[in-house]
Amino acid sequence: MSDLLTPTFLTALIAGGILAGIPLLFASLGETIAEQSGILNVGLEGMMLTGAFCGFLGALATGNAWVGLTVGAISGLLVSLVMVVFCVRLGLDQIVVGISIILCAEGLTSLLHGAFFGQSYPRLDAIDVFAIPVLSQIPVLGGSLFSQPAPVYMALIVVGLVGWIFRRTTAGLDLRAAGERPDSLDAAGVSVVRVRTVAEMACGAFAGIGGAYMSIVGAGTFVPFLTGGMGFIAIVIAMMGRGHPWGAVLGALLFGMSLSIATALQLVGISIPVDVVQMLPFVSVMVVLVVFAREARLPAALGLPYVRGSR
Amino acid sequence: MRVMADAPAPAPATLSSTAGTPVPAVELIDITKVFPGVIANDHISLSVLPGEVLCLLGENGAGKSTLMSILSGLYRPDEGRIRVDGSDVRIDSPRRGRDLGIGMVHQHLSLIPTLTVLENLMLGSNKGIILDEKTARTRIADLASTLGITVDADARAGSLALGQQQHVEIIKALWKGSKVLILDEPTSMLTPQGIAELQKVLVELKTSGLAIIFITHKLHEAIAIGDRVTILKQGRVVGTIGPEILRSSTPQQLQRRIVATMFGEEADEVADVAELREDLEGHRVRRTMSETPLLELVGVSAPGHHGQYGVSDVSLAVRGGEILGIAGVDGNGQRALAEVIAGQRRPSAGDIRLAAASIVKLTVSSRQRLGLRYVTDDRLGEGVVRPFAVGMNLVLKRIGDKPFWRRGTIDRVAINATARELIAQFDIRTPSSETRIGKLSGGNIQKALLARELSFQPRVVVFSKPTHGLDVRTIAMVRERIRELAGRGVATVVISTDLDELIDLSDRVAVLFEGKIAGIVDNGPGAETRIGELIVGAQAA
Repeated sequence: MSDLLTPTFLTALIAGGILAGIPLLFASLGETIAEQSGILNVGLEGMMLTGAFCGFLGALATGNAWVGLTVGAISGLLVSLVMVVFCVRLGLDQIVVGISIILCAEGLTSLLHGAFFGQSYPRLDAIDVFAIPVLSQIPVLGGSLFSQPAPVYMALIVVGLVGWIFRRTTAGLDLRAAGERPDSLDAAGVSVVRVRTVAEMACGAFAGIGGAYMSIVGAGTFVPFLTGGMGFIAIVIAMMGRGHPWGAVLGALLFGMSLSIATALQLVGISIPVDVVQMLPFVSVMVVLVVFAREARLPAALGLPYVRGSR
Repeated sequence: MRVMADAPAPAPATLSSTAGTPVPAVELIDITKVFPGVIANDHISLSVLPGEVLCLLGENGAGKSTLMSILSGLYRPDEGRIRVDGSDVRIDSPRRGRDLGIGMVHQHLSLIPTLTVLENLMLGSNKGIILDEKTARTRIADLASTLGITVDADARAGSLALGQQQHVEIIKALWKGSKVLILDEPTSMLTPQGIAELQKVLVELKTSGLAIIFITHKLHEAIAIGDRVTILKQGRVVGTIGPEILRSSTPQQLQRRIVATMFGEEADEVADVAELREDLEGHRVRRTMSETPLLELVGVSAPGHHGQYGVSDVSLAVRGGEILGIAGVDGNGQRALAEVIAGQRRPSAGDIRLAAASIVKLTVSSRQRLGLRYVTDDRLGEGVVRPFAVGMNLVLKRIGDKPFWRRGTIDRVAINATARELIAQFDIRTPSSETRIGKLSGGNIQKALLARELSFQPRVVVFSKPTHGLDVRTIAMVRERIRELAGRGVATVVISTDLDELIDLSDRVAVLFEGKIAGIVDNGPGAETRIGELIVGAQAA
């Protein structure tokens, strides 16, 4: 077992954790925003998958990863409009609509992928790694933490920004109020529908970026069902983060590492069946839920549609 | 109070500038509001002068809250005009209402418990993108000193006592420089001490020139607080008592006058209800009580749920024929206490005895058969099965028992026969025993619950908020039933957050504070003050 703690293994584990964790981070950050405003966005997986497919198309067509990520964001945002119309405006059940979004996205992306590419899987060029000067020279951490594609650093900046918006701005206060007591927010003269609309759209955009990151940076290609349940893990991460964006970072890294552990183990010559390893993140979801579920503090009005005058 | 130069949207007039003018701060003229099937407000006209407290008195459903919702912009009237400072206005949103200087404190507190006081007050009033904490803090300090209170701006709203939360609500209502302050049943959740403090705050506000509308269904409050009292009944103004009469009459004269106005010929039936008396001294009857306790709790502890207190180390003894009141602010263990006695919650320690025999291991239904009953306050939730018929609900706790069930099948004839008897006996207003109970009014559902729990030889009955949300006539009926029950030798426990009710009914009052019995007070002169002290956690004497 002493082989496990070699620099190679740790570098692979951390770097792989970040690679797998970044899509989770974006998606759970989006989910955190939606949940704080009172929307349980179950359709996160569908938005990620749409983002992954459209982002891949964008990157393939232009040869530019940034364009791909942007297209992914826009496509996720467009899907979130379904939630906005049905759940925020019409007050339908968020879980039912969310599940339909997932199923639709799965069907549609697979169909379109088949129509566009058939059985071929075109690959994208690897995205450039941006090594932070000096810091990237540190052993283990340098090769893992500080030598990453630029979107990784961008993600951390966005997390800080969202945290600041939550605590220090009018929009952030309105957002938290919408999730706790929408009737009080309404009585204070702020439109609950507008706050939740913006939050849901932000969530869709972030989920789209997360998905696009998976196809463009992670896999370098798109295959049907690429996201494989990442959206659900992101929902769990958001709930455990208790509304703190940095909680999403921690959770995403943790789950990212449990996803990348297989690759790391293979690097040091320990081989366990792939199926067992693929179960790991979901087992850890359950373990984490058992251990921490009691402490999850969810907004009081989470999942409840707001209709003025009804109690 | 000065106008804050940097306050968010200062209102056109300040508190002090309107003093001395005869123009009403606000005037409602011929307001009519119709909801499907009900005329909530029927050509109501009233006005308030600056520096005056107008009390709106009326039963639940008299139209008080609808009228105030119209004034604060939540509803729009079907007919009628509103004048503020002598000029016609249209109030089409709560925001417009606030901009016109009309602040409202709702009956149910609307603060967001997870946010701080500061954040609650900034909500909806911040103009820029970034929260302006500095200005808000100055504004809080200003308003707090006007009201003569202290407020911790950084405390989470949910961690404050109800009285303090209400202070924050008042500050919130005055945030934009209100000229009119509406308080909707503000005392319903307060202790006597909290009410006294609120009265002081109101006097401060009055002298600063604010017009105050105070809504209540308690007559003694209206007499004590109001400069004028307007009485609403079934959506209409049925009487107004001006300052001269209020000052020159004795409380007894006023009481008779107001009750007669409110109830006309039925005045005698209801005049004895605590809400309609001018004082709070209980009208207690001597009952014969059993020598030994019928219900005993010995060192009972039970966990709380949903962040509410459980009970810890509670010991109580209730004799047959005694009414024991349980007072306390909601959430201090009332629910746990009731459920642990009823058998719906397992105690972690202690013993419960019925006539000296331990029942702590018995199930709910075994306790039912022994005559232990629980009238829940969650009438629509655990009280009844809404889609079921009235008859079925009346025998719900006797599932499987003869004669209603025979060899596993339901005997509808037997159920309906018993149901019809109970319906007549308890005056449940229902089209038939086959009607779905969910279609009945709250008062009739409560009567059905009483009918179910008080039939089949009760020996111990626990009531949880038995008159909460009912109209005065049903309240009178429910309280009479409780007295009657005790008169027949039943040990009775009444859990209530309404102190007036407990003073009215109980022989002794035990106070729950943070899940423990803070003290037990014999009902009588001075009991109310003592109970009030215990409710807020003062040490037992």
